[in-house]
Amino acid sequence: MPDSSSSRPSGFDRRAFMAGAAGSALVPITARAATSDASIAASQDPSMPVDVTLRVNGKDKRLQLDARTTVLDALREHLKLTGSKKGCDHGQCGACTVLIGDRRVVSCLTLALAAEGQEITTIEGLATDDRLHPMQQAFVDNDAFQCGYCTPGQIMSAIACVKEGHANSDADIREYMSGNICRCAAYPNIVAAVKQAAPEIMKG
Amino acid sequence: MRPFSYQRVTDPDAAVQALGAAAIANNPLTKAAAQPLAGGTTLIDLMKLDVMRPSAIVDINPLASDWSAIEPGGGALRLGALARMSDVAAHDEIQRSYPVIADSLKLAASAQLRNMATLGGNVMQRTRCSYFRDVSYDNCNKRNPGSGCAAMDGVNRMHAVLGISDQCIATYPGDFAQALIALDATVEIAGKSGRRSLPFAQLHKVPGNTPDIETSLQPGELISAFAIAGRWPRSVYLKARDRQSYEFALSSAAIALDVENGTIRDARVALGGVATVPWRAREAEALLKGQRFDEGLAQRAADAAFADARGRRHNSFKIELGKRVMARALQQAVTMEI
Repeated sequence: MPDSSSSRPSGFDRRAFMAGAAGSALVPITARAATSDASIAASQDPSMPVDVTLRVNGKDKRLQLDARTTVLDALREHLKLTGSKKGCDHGQCGACTVLIGDRRVVSCLTLALAAEGQEITTIEGLATDDRLHPMQQAFVDNDAFQCGYCTPGQIMSAIACVKEGHANSDADIREYMSGNICRCAAYPNIVAAVKQAAPEIMKG
Repeated sequence: MRPFSYQRVTDPDAAVQALGAAAIANNPLTKAAAQPLAGGTTLIDLMKLDVMRPSAIVDINPLASDWSAIEPGGGALRLGALARMSDVAAHDEIQRSYPVIADSLKLAASAQLRNMATLGGNVMQRTRCSYFRDVSYDNCNKRNPGSGCAAMDGVNRMHAVLGISDQCIATYPGDFAQALIALDATVEIAGKSGRRSLPFAQLHKVPGNTPDIETSLQPGELISAFAIAGRWPRSVYLKARDRQSYEFALSSAAIALDVENGTIRDARVALGGVATVPWRAREAEALLKGQRFDEGLAQRAADAAFADARGRRHNSFKIELGKRVMARALQQAVTMEI
């Protein structure tokens, strides 16, 4: 590994750091180089991507990514899974919602490197053969969208909402689905869809 | 987003070592070259906005195995700093014995963000001042000390009326911190020179002449847990905002009372959405203690809490709103069934 740092104002160097950390639980990951004035651990070649394996919809996907890549960009740009949508890209709109483990999260604020080793489920992972997931079917049945851009995020969020036990009343559904914005304002139909699908999902 | 190196740590010593390695004397924590990554809901957002520019990310999520316990019991409470907001909000015993904590968490952000965000990261979240978050504004003493404050004579409807200075009026945006400060929480901190603890009230710093220094944490230090003495079943968190859900507070109140035979034996009052830091209203508490509750008392306590409040062009409404929110929260706490 090239050591490209030429000046170390703080007198700290990567080799010493790595040696000191060798016996401890530090997992260094080759990433873009640090370019700030502060001298810290990594000084790798900034043009080198990072190896990462993401488990998406039950399959391991080996990728080489810029350390800055979010789960959302890894899905859309690298795995061509464009179901998860980029709305605000700042965790405000919910269009990028996926499940990591059994938890709904916004994939635009989750670094791909930080999601390594965890099960990621996207809208593409819901249907089995030619059968839609009950929540997908409920959105179709209830016309719970207009333009459809927020819908994958709404559906992923709605599945988690039901499993968390937060779909017991209209008020509950509205409160616990508030992280998914629908610019077309299909909200009444979204509430109806969640209510329709909830019993089937809880049944398993 | 600027380039950074990424490291994942699996024990606290390694985390402190990795973060401390980049620490420079007098470097405000928020500008430290190495930043810890927990939920990422503030950090990644602000990195995308180029407001935060770390060159090293230390992913501390694997420490959750040690640092995410939710431990009520023995008349006290300890919360690991890596516990997720949603898990604490949903915890039966927290809802029963510390409703002010459960509600402050439940009423914050969205379900997705609460699943991601940790308690430690939550209290360290940074202001939503739009002049701070948008680097195209030149004048922000918090981002660039000495550059001025665009909010002073800008659109400052969301800004603070308490704890302000002529350098900064940015509001502390969180909810949970008000519950912590009201309940006299202690912060447990891991650092290079071992563990230390601090009253939560000493964690955040009012802006004064150094709005860029937001907390008393040093670079390299990490919050590991919060501890609270006593049980507070008679407690509420009331939050007034522009929309009913998924919005920051215009004004909020965290109240915890100990009432016996109609007399207030102990009162804790903290205010959110109106101050530059989590705000304890001790003047109000002093008025409440030893008294029997009525609307007049609530009004006097609220007046006392906002006696030093100063509004600017667009945010003066927060003074009256804040008083009413506080008075209503007191009423709710007195009358709640426990």
